[in-house]
Amino acid sequence: MTTNDRRAEQRPAPGGSVEFDADVLVIGGGPAGTWAAVSAAERGARVVLADKGFCGTSGATAAAGTGVWYVDPDPALREAAMANREKLGGHLQNRRWMARVLDQTYQDSNRLAAWGYPYPVDDSGKPQRNSLQGPEYMRLMRKRTKQAGVTILDHSPALELLVDDDGAVAGASGVRRQKHDRWTVRAKAVVIATGGCAFLSRTLGSNVLTGDGYLMAAEVGAEFSSMEFSNAYAISPAFGSVTKTLFYGWATFSYEDGSVVPGAASKGGRSAIARALLQGPVYARLDKADGNVQRDMRASQPNFFLPFDRTAIDPFRDRFPVTLRLEGTVRGTGGLRIVDDSCATSVPGLYAAGDAATRELICGGFTGGGSHNAAWAMSSGTWAGWGAADFARQLGPARQRHLASAGTVAFRSRSNRPLEPAVLAKAVQDEVYPYELNYFRHASRLDGALARLDAAWVDVSAADAASKDDLLRARESAAMLATSRWMYRSALARYESRGMHRRDDYPDQDDRQRHYVTSGGLDEVWTAVRPHADASYAEAAE
Amino acid sequence: MIEVIDAERCTSCDICVNVCPTNVFDKTDGIPVIARQSDCQTCFLCELYCPEDALYVAPHADTPCPTDVVALRETAALGSYRRAVGWTDETRDLRGIDRSYLLFGH
Ligand SMILES: Cc1cc2nc3c(=O)[nH]c(=O)nc-3n(C[C@H](O)[C@H](O)[C@H](O)COP(=O)(O)OP(=O)(O)OC[C@H]3O[C@@H](n4cnc5c(N)ncnc54)[C@H](O)[C@@H]3O)c2cc1C
Ligand code: SF4
Ligand code: SF4
Repeated sequence: MTTNDRRAEQRPAPGGSVEFDADVLVIGGGPAGTWAAVSAAERGARVVLADKGFCGTSGATAAAGTGVWYVDPDPALREAAMANREKLGGHLQNRRWMARVLDQTYQDSNRLAAWGYPYPVDDSGKPQRNSLQGPEYMRLMRKRTKQAGVTILDHSPALELLVDDDGAVAGASGVRRQKHDRWTVRAKAVVIATGGCAFLSRTLGSNVLTGDGYLMAAEVGAEFSSMEFSNAYAISPAFGSVTKTLFYGWATFSYEDGSVVPGAASKGGRSAIARALLQGPVYARLDKADGNVQRDMRASQPNFFLPFDRTAIDPFRDRFPVTLRLEGTVRGTGGLRIVDDSCATSVPGLYAAGDAATRELICGGFTGGGSHNAAWAMSSGTWAGWGAADFARQLGPARQRHLASAGTVAFRSRSNRPLEPAVLAKAVQDEVYPYELNYFRHASRLDGALARLDAAWVDVSAADAASKDDLLRARESAAMLATSRWMYRSALARYESRGMHRRDDYPDQDDRQRHYVTSGGLDEVWTAVRPHADASYAEAAE
Repeated sequence: MIEVIDAERCTSCDICVNVCPTNVFDKTDGIPVIARQSDCQTCFLCELYCPEDALYVAPHADTPCPTDVVALRETAALGSYRRAVGWTDETRDLRGIDRSYLLFGH
């Protein structure tokens, strides 16, 4: 481990603000952001990491914990691991990227072990590295990020990117919400690692994930991919936030009257639960777990049991009501389009990692959790950190660049109509939560939702700039709104069902649509189709 | 949502103010206050970081659930999550007992 004695430099700044000069700015301090920051620092870059919350507790992983796609480097095991999920993902994965991610995840996980992560050892004495406890993992990542010489700004949400005269990304600015002032970081490259967008649904650890990075990136012209694969819903007790779904594999799901919901299952039968929830309450009981399994469950996911222990429910014996909470792109696969192996986006100087980036390359159109996301977060984080550090180095010593702020909505004063963040957030939720709109999609229903969302965008673009106290909330709800429009426009552009994208009006998968849907734009949202790599190779061979 | 700061246990260290990802607490001259309860995302992480086991997060995510601190002290709830993940001196051994590898692929 090389420690970096080149730290980002704090510059004198006018009252009410702080300013830093850095080579690389990482926005977001979950697994993707911390791996990016550590990797960039290890390449000699001066790095600042800004997180909306607290780097170490913020984001989906810190609260939830994750299974990890960690597979020993045995060719047969690796082949099986890659083949295993291809059908579920609608054959949109890319074998070369899957192999890269398996390699990088293996290396990163082994570094975690060397750094002291307390991996368990099985009965034969072999360490088991395919699961990470969220709080433990992210506490360690914060420590390593600091040790690498990275300057961490906590409670410092980024609000907009900075661009130079050529349109290259050159930093960002935001607020320090506990110090009530502003921050600006001038950087030669920026990594967006702000996670996905879960639309404030209170799914575990995800209310900090409102798609802010997507909005900021779109404002500088970045593109998205696979945004139709953004309707992940996760099971939780109806009253609770703990959307950990593995253990529902041992559940029986029933209606109010106690009769079993036909076809309902956590894996491969979640839509049956959604359909039943449209009729009335649904209950679960983990009655298929024997004593040994129950013990292993308690040891493995203490947080799963908090909602039960604190309400005196015995989940193995009692029936309890469940719901499905929208996780959007957190356990969907859409995000910023990646254009090369270093996780660069289509905008110079801008990199993306983790849930903020598309996971189509390894997940295709489906990921219900189950380890690929975590593997992607660490791998793409590592690559984006290296990529951003290399980009910064190539840019050479800091020239005096003229920088402009790229923020649009909530910054520009256009009328005297106020932007009301809570009202806007609710309006977006009303269009993206309902199962009949987003889980079970149909052009007739999506058209209506999209028309309302487009109208909301026109409205908020014309609204007054948000006040200082409202700015973060205003930007968050605008980001949710923008995300919902890429999501539904992309959903309408895929005339079939594939992966998690399910169209009632096109219930079958169509071989001719084995392609990616690219999207982008703010005032005008557009989509386009890109071939899957296999298809372009096939053409080249003809 | 976060419901309780036990004034008898709290030492005003302000760790919870720092670590809460959604900025629910505010510092004061004395013990912190729950200033924005409706922003709480019910992630239970403040409980893990509170060295005094002075915090209690009710598992209800969407609605407040007023909880009586005196009654709570009678139960083992305060600090229960911290003990379960092995973040207390007495329970350190629990940090390495993840048995997920036996449960995956079910
Ligand atoms: C309940 C649950 C269980 C899961 N289980 C699994 C599993 O078993 N296996 C698996 O592979 N995956 C799982 N996932 C998905 C996995 O957690 C995510 O893929 C992973 O956390 C992505 O890492 P990330 O760093 O991209 O994002 P996150 O961990 O979400 O971190 C994003 C960070 O960005 C910060 N941020 C957001 N906006 C801003 C802003 N404007 N400025 C600055 N910072 C900002 C946030 O505060 C946060 O710290 C699960 C998710 C959930 C919700
Ligand atoms: S972390 Fe615990 S002891 Fe410290 S201020 Fe918060 S409640 Fe009090
Ligand atoms: S449960 Fe999470 S969001 Fe709520 S107060 Fe505690 S740390 Fe903050």
